[in-house]
Amino acid sequence: MRDALERQRHILDFTIASLLRRKGKNGSLLAVYTLIIFILASVLFFTHALKREATEVLRETPEIIVQRTMTGRYQPIPLAYADRIRDIRGVITVQPRLWGYYYDGNFLANYTLVVPREDPPEPGKIDIGSGISRIREAYPGDIIGFTGHDGKPRNFSIRKILSDESQLISADLILISEADYRDFSGISADQATDLVLRVRNPKEYTTIAEKITRLLPDSRPIVRTEILRTYDAVFSWRSGLVIVIFSAAALAFVIFAWDKATGLSAEERREIGILKAVGWETSDVLQMKFWEGSAISLTAFLLGMILAYAHVFFASSFLFAPVLKGWSTLYPQFRLVPYVNFGHVAAIFFLTVVPYTVTTIVPSWRAATIDPDAVMR
Amino acid sequence: MILHPSILALFVSSLLICLMVLYSTVYGIQILRRWDIASGSESQLALERKTYLISTIVSYFLGFQLVSLFLFIFTADSICHLFVGAMCAVGTLTVNPFGYPTLLLKVVTFLLAGFWLILNHADSLGYDYPLIRTKYLLLVVMAPFILAETVIQGIYFLGLRPDIITSCCGSLFSPASRGIATEIVNAPPLPMLALFYASSGGTLLCGAWFLARGRGGGLFALLNAVQLVVALTAIISVISLYIYQMPSHHCPFCILQQEYHFVGYPVYIALFGAAICGFGAGWLSRYQGIASLAEDLPGLCRALTVVSMACTAILVAIASGYVLLTGFTLR
Repeated sequence: MRDALERQRHILDFTIASLLRRKGKNGSLLAVYTLIIFILASVLFFTHALKREATEVLRETPEIIVQRTMTGRYQPIPLAYADRIRDIRGVITVQPRLWGYYYDGNFLANYTLVVPREDPPEPGKIDIGSGISRIREAYPGDIIGFTGHDGKPRNFSIRKILSDESQLISADLILISEADYRDFSGISADQATDLVLRVRNPKEYTTIAEKITRLLPDSRPIVRTEILRTYDAVFSWRSGLVIVIFSAAALAFVIFAWDKATGLSAEERREIGILKAVGWETSDVLQMKFWEGSAISLTAFLLGMILAYAHVFFASSFLFAPVLKGWSTLYPQFRLVPYVNFGHVAAIFFLTVVPYTVTTIVPSWRAATIDPDAVMR
Repeated sequence: MILHPSILALFVSSLLICLMVLYSTVYGIQILRRWDIASGSESQLALERKTYLISTIVSYFLGFQLVSLFLFIFTADSICHLFVGAMCAVGTLTVNPFGYPTLLLKVVTFLLAGFWLILNHADSLGYDYPLIRTKYLLLVVMAPFILAETVIQGIYFLGLRPDIITSCCGSLFSPASRGIATEIVNAPPLPMLALFYASSGGTLLCGAWFLARGRGGGLFALLNAVQLVVALTAIISVISLYIYQMPSHHCPFCILQQEYHFVGYPVYIALFGAAICGFGAGWLSRYQGIASLAEDLPGLCRALTVVSMACTAILVAIASGYVLLTGFTLR
């Protein structure tokens, strides 16, 4: 056992020395290989981290949201609907929500207006998110003006700035009192934006949703798991799409690796010839080639993964964030929570190392079966 | 089809593995037909060279095959929430009728691949290619399975449509529905546990005897094959109950999840490792009469036996840990 290990160690030593002797050729291969793994790993890490973020955010959302639609378009929902839904067995609470968006033409940004259920600001006051505070340079005690639905300006004084912790949700948020919101948006007193339901038993979600559509045909219930599933499918689909587009680049890499592997220089051929002349067997040369492939693959793999990790989790993946997450003026600055799992590592491995091995295996064997006399003659 | 990165990875890699294995099988058939070690003809020399290529290709790709089984289960587990009603890999696999056949084929090729790698290693110990015919015969047997796996996995992935209502493991593995899975589940738990311990004990004893005397290899191989089936049944029907600490949850995939500390991975690796090494060791003991292997083969057999016994011991230890140390009881 010890002898076998020693043997492999010597072959590995020799291989690495021989790789280092041809720095240019192997260096360029390594660079391209690393780049490929870097791009792939960045896409995977980034979409997965976004998915986790979305799941975290959605964990707190209500089980069922009920909206009203009129010929497929969204409408405010009458508060009377809430009482009818409350009668459905299994529904614990029904709460109307008031919220909407406000476009600030001066700063080209969209804000989200919400009437909070707990601790709402008193009329005339608002709480704002850190993103709004940043771009409007507004701080507690300042007066801030918005144009209401009727074109008349309304002034609010800032009660406080929302904490930074949940940037993804709160950066563009404005918390406002119910009276102010109704006055500002023009929504009548017997209507709400939508209704949120609490349901005790997760198995009843779909049944309750069905009952609501039967009871109130113009309503549209949205179950939380549906939102989660859609987010997940969208992010997986986006990263899959990027990978498919990216496969052209991967193909180029495979051709590149094939070319490098088949184009044995005269010097390399002589080296293998001499090795065989001094007593190396074909299997030893193949082992050398195995270590060569492993050394290159492993280095590229680790390097690519580490770079991708740094790119996504420390540098907020500045390279393709716009493609994968969309854009907004007020986009929150947030650090993603680092997370890598077995599935990612294995997926990257199967998408890069396996094709690389396929392309290099036959050329390696060709090299290993060279007759010593043929090259040294 | 769902454009999920892991699915793409499995799809691409299984296609490549299948291509390479088929390529090798073509040469494998040539070797089976025309191999003659005594001849010094041009074609024999070419074949001798080719056999290096084939062994290299097959050992690489069978190595990949071993990892892909776990990636497959992991992927099935991680995309389950895309399907209404699915709560773990069981739900994903029942989305269309090709899920379970894919898994079954993957397990079969996993076991065959492990056994082939052992044969290949033993063959490389002798200078005159002593096991070359057996090895390539096994490759020819294995190739259709790998081809079938690639095709069926492809159909399975292409047929995956999110939102299809599938069953959750709770209903598939509940005693109400019938089928092979429920037969396994309905095996009486305590006698099954006794059978598991008896089979493990028997395998370990036989292994010890094989180590000490160098005889009984065939029996050891047989016992390991039996142990694989018994242990798998026991995991589903009773050991999982102790792991989940619930009297009705029998799912063989949930134990791979984080909530159960990924205990499924050591369990399945030990289970398959014991089966492959044990069966390999027992099978190889048939070749002790071959002159060129006389020196190295006994050492290899012993090493494989020790690994197999260690894996069985680990499996028994994990199972016993859950049975004895958790507060859950079936009485």
